Amino acid sequence: MVEVSNLVKAFGQKLALDDVSFSVSEGEILGFLGPNGAGKSTTLNIMTGYLSANSGSVKIGGIDILENPDEAKKQIGFLPEQPPLYMDMTVDEYLSFVYELKNCKYNRKKHLDEVCHVTKLTDVRHRVIKNLSKGYKQRVGIAQALVGNPKVLVFDEPTVGLDPKQIIEVRNLIRTLGREHTVILSTHILSEVQAVCDRIVIINGGKILCDKPTDSVSSAINKNSRYKLKICGPQREVMAALRETEGVEHVEVTSEREKDSCTYIVESTGASDVRKAVFYKMCEGEWPIIGMAPEGLSLEEVFMKLTEEGSAETKKRRK
Amino acid sequence: MLAIYKREMRAYFTTPQGYLFMAIFLCASGFLFSLTTLLMQSSDTATYFQFLMYGYIVLVPLLTMKSFAEEKKAKTEQLLLTAPVSLWGMVMAKFLAAFTMFFGTVVISMLYYLVLGLYGDPNWAKVIGCTVAMILIGSCFIAIGLFISALTENQFVAAMGTMGVLAGLVVVAVINGIIDSYAIRLVLDWLSIYSRFTNFTQGIFDFASAFYYVSLCAVFLFLSVRVYEKRRFA
Repeated sequence: MVEVSNLVKAFGQKLALDDVSFSVSEGEILGFLGPNGAGKSTTLNIMTGYLSANSGSVKIGGIDILENPDEAKKQIGFLPEQPPLYMDMTVDEYLSFVYELKNCKYNRKKHLDEVCHVTKLTDVRHRVIKNLSKGYKQRVGIAQALVGNPKVLVFDEPTVGLDPKQIIEVRNLIRTLGREHTVILSTHILSEVQAVCDRIVIINGGKILCDKPTDSVSSAINKNSRYKLKICGPQREVMAALRETEGVEHVEVTSEREKDSCTYIVESTGASDVRKAVFYKMCEGEWPIIGMAPEGLSLEEVFMKLTEEGSAETKKRRK
Repeated sequence: MLAIYKREMRAYFTTPQGYLFMAIFLCASGFLFSLTTLLMQSSDTATYFQFLMYGYIVLVPLLTMKSFAEEKKAKTEQLLLTAPVSLWGMVMAKFLAAFTMFFGTVVISMLYYLVLGLYGDPNWAKVIGCTVAMILIGSCFIAIGLFISALTENQFVAAMGTMGVLAGLVVVAVINGIIDSYAIRLVLDWLSIYSRFTNFTQGIFDFASAFYYVSLCAVFLFLSVRVYEKRRFA
């Protein structure tokens, strides 16, 4: 449905995108993951025809965005990082404007009713956009992308600045939309892509590091299980005991400290579950464990892991 | 394109912008008109139009300053540029909206001629010729204003920049009087919007000048499109 090939984009001396290629098939939800400044927005802006690349091409449903921009743009609904809202219009006026702008040929009232229903905007349709809360504004932005029923939806960081309840709502909405549309979604939150997307493309420094189905990325990330433990007891002795425990590969102390307890990060090798072993070990020393929780990897750590793996694989191949 | 035009027109009338423009335009032109014709007890409109051109220097930026600058600041241009609308369509829609406002106000100001016709005996051919020329000059100024608005995201900078450029274009004619070199004077005279207007005030419909105004307008609309095209690549 969407084919991005060999995009290169430089802003002055700075190379923002360096040979970025990926493709999205119909009905897929693709997560575009990367830290701030990785080139996510630049890629999405090029895909939607807002910017032009120095080289490379973007095809939407087989139509090149540069050769036939009008046809290609008709197939895309885009929610930029900052929703493009005219603050002094009401929701209804704004969506009607977008409807006309996109030159849609549906029954206008019915179509806009549908869009508002899906995005749960029906109650605020007559309110002026500038008076709406951030969450509603974001939904108006999503509604704007949905007008005209485009095949491909592109959302640039759709959950930034929303409260937790709104984040869940927006994620659910995206998942629903994914049933009928091809969705590309950018974010810097790892759990978000894991929750919503079928496939993950990870980008950093303008280069694509990884392009895999979500499951395989998750398992790659979770190969080493990590736990955060809160243990009462003398730090040095607890550390030593933890290191001796069977299956534990790595132990470190965090700066989190309470009266008589310290917080430790314990990593185990492979699939072995060290929780029981740690518990019995701590019993021996009579150091009570007052907290234990699985610890996910941060995005930076995932990058480290993926890049390490990537380079290890290429080394293996060379050998 | 029609959608953008309609939205622009709506924005002129749901914000004070459109009303302010009309009020200031009509106040200024009404004042100039009574000063140059009624108080002078003359039916010669030449001075009125010449003064009005100075008025345009302040009035036109009111109309054009926010056209592109505000869209850029509010990031709404991303919506326009990723919609299936060509750059020309977008620029023309903005131009036509500003022009409609301008033209509508000029039409209202034609009521003054009625007074002139009732109490005097004006040279109608000359009045009409001048009015047409002033409308062309106005559209030319609007195109320049739009171009400068496309260059910045700050409305104030857009307004001041436009005033500066327009003042430059009009005042060139005045500076021309003190330049010794004939060659320079000839070139500036040819370029000057103000000098080219002289023929109209003498009752001649100068097609060359009319064509000049239209081309200047087209050039600046073209440049505005280029600004957007360039930004996509920069």
